[in-house]
Amino acid sequence: MKPAGWAGIAAAGFLAALSLGTLAVVAVRAESGAGFGPADLAAIRFTVTQALASAALSVLLAVPVARALARRRFAGRGLLITLLGAPFLLPVIVAVLGLLAVFGRAGLVSSALAALGLPPLDIYGFRGVVLAHVFFNLPLATRLLLQGWQAIPGEHFRLAAQLGMTSRDIARRLERPMLRAVLPGAFATIFLLCVTSFAVALTLGGGPGATTVELAIYQAFRFDFDLGKAAMLALVQFGLCAGAALVAWMVAVPAAFGGGLDRPVARWDCHSLASRLADAAALALVSVFLLMPLLMVALSGLGGLADLPPGLWRAALRSVLVALASGALAITLALALAGAVMRMEVGAARFAGLLEASGYLSVAASPMVIGTGLFLVLFPLADPAALALPVTALVNAAMSLPFALRALIPALRDVERDYGRLADSLGMSGAARFRLLTWPRIRPAAGFAAGLAAALSMGDLGVIALFADADAVTLPLLLYRLMGSYQMAAAHGTALVLVVLSLGMFWLFDRGGRFHAAA
Amino acid sequence: MLQLDDMLIRQTGFELRANWSLGKGQRLAIIGPSGGGKSTLLAAIAGFVPLAGGCIRVDGQDIGPLDPGRRPVSLLFQDHNLFAHLDVAQNTGLGIRPDLRLTKGDLARVAGVLARVGLSGFERRKPAELSGGQRQRVALARALLRDRPLLMLDEPFAALGPALKAEMLDLVAEITTETGATLLMVTHDPKDAERIAGLTTLVADGLATAPEPTAALLANPPAALRQYLG
Repeated sequence: MKPAGWAGIAAAGFLAALSLGTLAVVAVRAESGAGFGPADLAAIRFTVTQALASAALSVLLAVPVARALARRRFAGRGLLITLLGAPFLLPVIVAVLGLLAVFGRAGLVSSALAALGLPPLDIYGFRGVVLAHVFFNLPLATRLLLQGWQAIPGEHFRLAAQLGMTSRDIARRLERPMLRAVLPGAFATIFLLCVTSFAVALTLGGGPGATTVELAIYQAFRFDFDLGKAAMLALVQFGLCAGAALVAWMVAVPAAFGGGLDRPVARWDCHSLASRLADAAALALVSVFLLMPLLMVALSGLGGLADLPPGLWRAALRSVLVALASGALAITLALALAGAVMRMEVGAARFAGLLEASGYLSVAASPMVIGTGLFLVLFPLADPAALALPVTALVNAAMSLPFALRALIPALRDVERDYGRLADSLGMSGAARFRLLTWPRIRPAAGFAAGLAAALSMGDLGVIALFADADAVTLPLLLYRLMGSYQMAAAHGTALVLVVLSLGMFWLFDRGGRFHAAA
Repeated sequence: MLQLDDMLIRQTGFELRANWSLGKGQRLAIIGPSGGGKSTLLAAIAGFVPLAGGCIRVDGQDIGPLDPGRRPVSLLFQDHNLFAHLDVAQNTGLGIRPDLRLTKGDLARVAGVLARVGLSGFERRKPAELSGGQRQRVALARALLRDRPLLMLDEPFAALGPALKAEMLDLVAEITTETGATLLMVTHDPKDAERIAGLTTLVADGLATAPEPTAALLANPPAALRQYLG
């Protein structure tokens, strides 16, 4: 076998060890643990209920928004669709800060209510967790459904117009069948994302009534240092994720990053005033819902820049280094895997499928489970706190690998389809082939994937919370501690720095990939 | 020079046999209905399609074990003959070294063949900035540099207008005369065969017939060819 094949197998083995190996370590440890208490059962129940509620709300609210985007053309439509991609890159803790500024006890809405003599909102607990999850996943659901709408051929709408079908007929004959096909996948994807949610539960949840399993693992670890219990919970969490991932896989999850969303479909059935008003309302509400927290982050952030806490720039430097390492690692792993998958698709298709699957394992393995396993492995060997930053980079690289593979594998397939035979016939192979053919052509996809990995890692508040002590603070962790000690001005300033660095990191990689790239 | 010994290609629902040979410097047109296997025949000789039986020899040597890049052939496709992200000089230079580590002398040779196909001064252009005919000239220039004993064209001029196509065919004829290369050319137009190919084979019904003189074949076509020509 050629070296590239071995690199792919090594990458797959590494990823399997990272997700399944850590699980095995956890399982061994869990046997010595005590059984479940009522608090643990409550955590499991809360995890499932909040994920169900979040997924249902996100998907249902996305229907009118996606429909409006699909059938209307207006100035700013492209901008709105871009905005729908933003929450994905936004550090969770920053979004929480923005949501608190709007919906919190001292937020805009509560102030307005107070002016009317009404009591303020309370978004800690179940409601807050679901609110934050809808904030993150409503845009994702909208993009997924919009793709479904645009997959309906324009000719069908033209034919429907000729036959004199009304909006209701079209909904019944064209749109509902599409939704029946697309909704389950979108629901399952969002359910899975909400099951593994940690930072939202950490900041808005907590307490007996609002603790997710992911959070319970962290608490067993940090506060009780009960490794047996943490391990038990980690096993439960893996079961939940694997179950959700299996369901998601069975209902065929659509790709979230397909292009061509900027193409509105011509419609002839929706000129009535009522439908126009409904669409305008849906779009206005979702824009306000998404923009207000972002705007508050920016505004309070500017005000908070005068109160930046000491140690901010050191934390920022750490975060940037972790993000760069994570991006580089994600791209290296993805290239090794994708390259081997391509090589083996001819002849060893089943093995190629297995290799590709190893890249998606991290979907089912939660960061806390991997973190627990790594901690158990490393604890006897070294001080886990000293390894906090490398472990954070590593786990985040694994977490963003599914997205990297989704971007790179199609790009590599295109290269092979368009130029494979030509390169073969010219005898281009090995490093020269990569340098002269593969890399220049996949650079845009690689830049996008690296940017995504870097931004996600930059904003991560998960594994780092498990491992870090007071010395190795990253920006999200610093922000969390500032919020915990009610230094809100400093927190707002820090949040703005974090968001600018995260988005900047994505922009840099993405632009770098496309800079001077051939069409 | 080129020998197809009981060659058999088998793919799902498709078979192609050939058992003939071609002398050095001869020019062969390959005609026949679409889906008949014209391109597959070239792909087999180039090493992209495995044989189910027999063997292919060039100058007596069985080329079956050789990778596509090591076979004594240059192949021009209908499109995608150039890498869109490399410029004309780089695309041409790949014919000297597939890793593009070119010396000054190599670059002079690149300039030389580009001049030969009428593209002096186009070195820094990208394929997107060239016309269809110019792109195929670059591919021909590269084939000149590679100087393989067998030049195979898979309808590379099908998308060009009649005058431009005739011009390109004449260029191919000149080049093969200069280099002494043997030519295999897939075409669906009998006029192309008449213009530059002394011999023609008909690929239809699972068989590539033994090459026959083009003029005689077209003047008195057998049943399968009559059906194709209509």
